[in-house]
Amino acid sequence: MAEPGTSFGQGLKSALTDSLLAGIIAFALFSLVLGLRTVDNVTGLTLRPRPMLLLVAVGIVFFGRLLLNLFVWQAEHPLTTPFAKLFRRDPFDKRDVVVLGATALLAVAGFILAALLDAPAYELIGVAVLVFIGLGLLRRAVVHMFPNLPWGRIFVVGGILFALFFPLTTFGLEKAFHLGLPLRYWFDLAILVLTYVMLGWGLNIVVGLAGLLDLGYVAFYAVGAYTFALLATHFGLGFWLCLPIAGFAAALWGVILGFPVLRLRGDYLAIVTLAFGEIVRIILLNWTEVTNGPNGISSIPKPTFFGLPFAPFAGGTTFSQFFGIKYDPLQGIIFLYYVILALAFLTNLVTLRLRRLPIGRAWEAMREDEIACRSLGINTTITKLTAFATGAMFGGLAGSFFATRQGFISPESFTFIESAIILAIVVLGGMGSQLGVAIAAVVMVGGFEALRHTEGLQSFFGAGFDPALYRMLLFGIAMVGIMVWRPRGIIASRSPSIVLDKTRAVAPELVEQGRA
Amino acid sequence: MRSWQEDPVLTVEHLTMRFGGLVAIDDVSFSVGRHDITALIGPNGAGKTTVFNCITGFYKPTEGMMTLAVPGGTRFYLERLTDHDINAEARVARTFQNIRLFPGMTVLENLMVAQHNVLARASGFTIGAILGLGQFARAEKEAVDLARYWLDRVGLLARADDAAGDLPYGDQRRLEIARAMCTRPVLLCLDEPAAGLNARESDGLNELLYAIREKEQIAIFLIEHDMSVVMRISDHIIVLDYGKKISDGTPEEVRNDPSVIAAYLGVPDEELPPEAAPEVRP
Repeated sequence: MAEPGTSFGQGLKSALTDSLLAGIIAFALFSLVLGLRTVDNVTGLTLRPRPMLLLVAVGIVFFGRLLLNLFVWQAEHPLTTPFAKLFRRDPFDKRDVVVLGATALLAVAGFILAALLDAPAYELIGVAVLVFIGLGLLRRAVVHMFPNLPWGRIFVVGGILFALFFPLTTFGLEKAFHLGLPLRYWFDLAILVLTYVMLGWGLNIVVGLAGLLDLGYVAFYAVGAYTFALLATHFGLGFWLCLPIAGFAAALWGVILGFPVLRLRGDYLAIVTLAFGEIVRIILLNWTEVTNGPNGISSIPKPTFFGLPFAPFAGGTTFSQFFGIKYDPLQGIIFLYYVILALAFLTNLVTLRLRRLPIGRAWEAMREDEIACRSLGINTTITKLTAFATGAMFGGLAGSFFATRQGFISPESFTFIESAIILAIVVLGGMGSQLGVAIAAVVMVGGFEALRHTEGLQSFFGAGFDPALYRMLLFGIAMVGIMVWRPRGIIASRSPSIVLDKTRAVAPELVEQGRA
Repeated sequence: MRSWQEDPVLTVEHLTMRFGGLVAIDDVSFSVGRHDITALIGPNGAGKTTVFNCITGFYKPTEGMMTLAVPGGTRFYLERLTDHDINAEARVARTFQNIRLFPGMTVLENLMVAQHNVLARASGFTIGAILGLGQFARAEKEAVDLARYWLDRVGLLARADDAAGDLPYGDQRRLEIARAMCTRPVLLCLDEPAAGLNARESDGLNELLYAIREKEQIAIFLIEHDMSVVMRISDHIIVLDYGKKISDGTPEEVRNDPSVIAAYLGVPDEELPPEAAPEVRP
């Protein structure tokens, strides 16, 4: 970015130089990536140049940067300030009102024009801009009227209420608006999101609190899933009996992993835990006599409601018969939803409680400075092992829920990418922050899912456009964005576990990250 | 018999520490009196911090015996304990040359972590407290009271809920001492407590150390570079040079010891004893 010039001419000159430089870099980068395409024809692989595409890409970079330079970075009154003010508290001045009003008018005009010309994609843009400005103004109005409301608490309570009444609200919304997707889809999605929320919270104990970078968390998920699946299929034990056993087995494996890695830190710890995750998966794949290898284990039983199964008919009384209602497969799914909701809440409550107990403080102290911990008489060996065991236990509980929900598990479900997604949720959410992890899980898992239902985009990019194919690209962009703007995660500040007088959040820069 | 030999809290005998071929400490013996402020001094690289690390268990000494006598009559052989047990069992607390607080935790939390073992026992090793069994709440209240007492003593009560990493340097030094005191030690080891403090803060530190000795009856063993500080506050000084003990006595004795003067200021060549003269190669 160039220094702002004193006169307009100088400003223009520096803006042009800067944009030209950006254009040259873009040309160098894109010339091979976009400018050439390999085509497979009879004579072999040939290169086909795509000059127009390259020109458009470089042009976007050049003019985009030029406009940004002129109107935002170097401008005396950046064009973006009025929009940024929608999310702040400082008062609007005349200029802001004019800019916002003009934008809104343009959006309305565009919407009307698009409606006349029958171009739904541009209609959508107009609506999006209006909604953005409208929501921003609404937010400012609410903040202005109730300046001292505890927004964080309202958000948390609202989220919990939403989760508790999710089946009801979904049912109501579906009846009211006919969203076009079956109810079952929404419940399945919610169950998936909550599973990741629970896994994120479980890993948060190891990575966020104790500061032990664990890349093999999926191993404990797998241990929990297989423990339940094997016990259920071989010995006919039910879900509720197996759940604690699976948690215990996973915790045991947490300790077994913990012992050899006690002396490792940071990157070395990450490598060993990554290897551990792979070892578990490969054992599951090859120990065919027990795990049935790549064929997996099928017909895993569903959980029962205090002994009442969810089925149209069964040996004993079923849930629907007992309560005298008509059987509906949704009943079982709603029950599963509440099971995972309860498990996730359990994880969260235990973590919150542990943070206020000596063991939780010892975890955080170990993340901050292990040597100081030892000088204060804290046995860091036991502290590390308890962190691994507790995190692994919740992974195991989530795993056995996964097994009962799917009804079928195979080593395919426990690959490294799962560990990476869970770790990404913890890192994006902000290590150690329960709320941040929950938000990140909803955004990541739900966001990927939302990509499947963006039919509107096809009117922009052509009929063959499938946004789901770009999920990894979008994931990467989101990661880069978070690292640039919020390098410590969505919610980065740490709230103290005990207070003498008044709670003051700890600034993110001071909190140590998973390095110990 | 000197005062520190009559009732030593810590007796170090024939302590030797070798790192490969390097002899960092060479057969050092001394004792630390129960009612004294004892200072360990010496030029850079003399092995002072290595002695500290041996006493507090961060190094396992190659040879030697370190006996800690607690008031009840129990004796701990420090070379046999692990580093955390030296604090938890033998109750030796230490601070570090480059401050090692928990910067992302609040001042109060730092002091609560220091009382981990007491609180962990009261919490029934976590399981009891999760199930809501009593006594933990009371133990926690007592721990907060102790923390409050020490915060008051070091003048940080007003900043109890601030992050430790936010405190100015001098406050961090005092917080580290308060944190060490919250482990209820019988011997407090301070590694250069006055380093980086200005004259006023340094005076405040001296008063704090006197108060700890008088009021809490705790032995203080410290490393210090600043001779003026050492001479003023210590009852007993041990001087190390190149890993060997070269002097041991009251400040007055040490001040006038020619070998100490030689170690700190150097000696002209002609005064060197014959065996220490540089080797002449043929």
